[in-house]
Amino acid sequence: MSDLLERYAEVAGRDAVEHLRQLAHPLEGVRVVHVNSTREGGGVAEILHKLIPLMQALGIDARWEVIEGTDEFFRCTKNFHNALQGAHVHVPDSLLEEYRQVNERNAGLLGELLEDAEIVFIHDPQPAALIEHLPGRRGKWIWRCHIDVSHPYRPVWKFLRPIVSRYDASIFHLPEFAQPLPHEQVLIPPSIDPLSEKNMDLPEEEVAQVFERFGLDPGKPMILQVSRFDRFKDPLGVIEASRIARKFVPHQLVLAGGSAADDPEGEAVLEEVRKAAEWDDDVHVLVLPSNAHRTINALQRAAHVVLQKSLREGFGLTVTEAMWKGKPVIGGDTGGIRLQVIDHFTGFRVTTPEGAALRIRYLLYRDDKRREMGERARRIVRENFLITRHVRDHLALMLSLMRGTGDRLEVGPAA
Amino acid sequence: MAPFTVRDCALVTIATGTWAQNLREFRDGLQRVPVDSIYHHFWGRLLQPWFDEPEYNNDFAAWAWHGLHDKALAERLAVVNPVDFQDLEELREELLDIVEDRLDQSEYVPWSRADQRFHFLRSRIVVFDAGVRVETPEELGRILPSLSEGAIYYHFIDARRRTEQCSDDFCTWLEPLGERYRGLRERIGAIDPYFSSLQEIRRQLAQMFREELEEVRA
Repeated sequence: MSDLLERYAEVAGRDAVEHLRQLAHPLEGVRVVHVNSTREGGGVAEILHKLIPLMQALGIDARWEVIEGTDEFFRCTKNFHNALQGAHVHVPDSLLEEYRQVNERNAGLLGELLEDAEIVFIHDPQPAALIEHLPGRRGKWIWRCHIDVSHPYRPVWKFLRPIVSRYDASIFHLPEFAQPLPHEQVLIPPSIDPLSEKNMDLPEEEVAQVFERFGLDPGKPMILQVSRFDRFKDPLGVIEASRIARKFVPHQLVLAGGSAADDPEGEAVLEEVRKAAEWDDDVHVLVLPSNAHRTINALQRAAHVVLQKSLREGFGLTVTEAMWKGKPVIGGDTGGIRLQVIDHFTGFRVTTPEGAALRIRYLLYRDDKRREMGERARRIVRENFLITRHVRDHLALMLSLMRGTGDRLEVGPAA
Repeated sequence: MAPFTVRDCALVTIATGTWAQNLREFRDGLQRVPVDSIYHHFWGRLLQPWFDEPEYNNDFAAWAWHGLHDKALAERLAVVNPVDFQDLEELREELLDIVEDRLDQSEYVPWSRADQRFHFLRSRIVVFDAGVRVETPEELGRILPSLSEGAIYYHFIDARRRTEQCSDDFCTWLEPLGERYRGLRERIGAIDPYFSSLQEIRRQLAQMFREELEEVRA
């Protein structure tokens, strides 16, 4: 067993890793390419950083390619992102044209590799149109959608649907996110990596250091939201919730995040957040570089309660991360947060700043409940949302696409 | 006697594209989804991420309560035991009868919130050899506690659908060994998988093997 698999066996269990090895055996040497639009920042890049080495360790010839885009292209795809999550965003024809051209140029750059691959995973809408420019493709193409497209803005979905329809299958996090498409829509929740800097155990001193480093008060409970500065994450609603709750329980709020390379709107939201927080000593806005994984880990461990008060959410990996660290989560009642935050068991689901305030107050007041929910949260993640389960689902899908479409597939014995 | 070959499995969960916002749409969905979908919502859920100790043992009953807030319907759907039916079409008929009855009794069609639709799913099972062979019941008893949930699902749940005698693989393998293991077979056959998690089934199986094999030895 490779060193990497051995390390996962120590955290996720030897059985889970042996399970992967057996499932991957028939896929040894299979050429797999994942394509997305950014190497750093955002949940997709984070998952790929872990998924690719694991697949390679299992003997699969896995590669990760990133398309090159222009500012206009990323403005277009940011609009797609917002529109697919329901915002009424008009995308001008000039931007749509840029979207097609960037995909065509990248198809030229990656053509040989992608046409030769046996399985291609295309992540999110940015590189989705590559498929239009590669008529000679031989493998199975899968569109992996990380966004909640349950209520897309119709004109934008009308543009993307014919593109996505060309794929052999698509993957959504939850059934609620799926849209009618002429191919199989497979459901695979995302996952976190327990060995990554963001999730590994940290020494207590390192956790305690975040208070000094960011000018926080070590004597005051801390509540935390980690996310991009994005309207759908409702950072202003979180500030309001904290202010309401502070009338009853003293605490400090930390909003930590950064802007990803493909998110030009982030700066504007960050400005609004800074303005809302500038006169308030108990609100701390931290803009962290995209590789500040260890810092985020320490902040999550230092927090008493973690919030993810999203108005729309793909899955909410920051929720999974916080739960893995034994923290109860107050989350928006939306998307994948529903799958993870079980009301009164692993945290609370809320829809308003007032609702969040009530739960902040409760969890800061009831130490026993906070600990009990946190322990349950960690167990749920261990059983369902670690990367070993994610890899297993990918392997099963790859086998199922390559070997047949019946309701049962039997693969040969492991060596 | 052929050794017992341990197999494992993973499920590929697939959206059927059929969903229901209210009870009438749910009835229509139940009528037309592939029968695999009915199976998935009773059994496939055992291998899905979910919170343990659920209030209801099948997804239909859970939605009747959480989606429609119809406790009476949820209770009636929850009490349906899928092992009581010859085949899945019969099970589908039973579910339809319950839902039709409820629609007849209701003054209005119960609706769920826009974001609480019921999504009919189905699954494809991918089965693979776990690379483990055991020659004797004693050996099988020893490895049982370490079997994965996927292996328990395949040999205990899936087997009932896959085999002619609708039996689990453990009993089928023990059958030719005759009277000596009859007690063990009977105890295994009495496990009701519908009211258990896979971990609980594994625990019960391991305990039965341990106790019964001690008796055989004595």
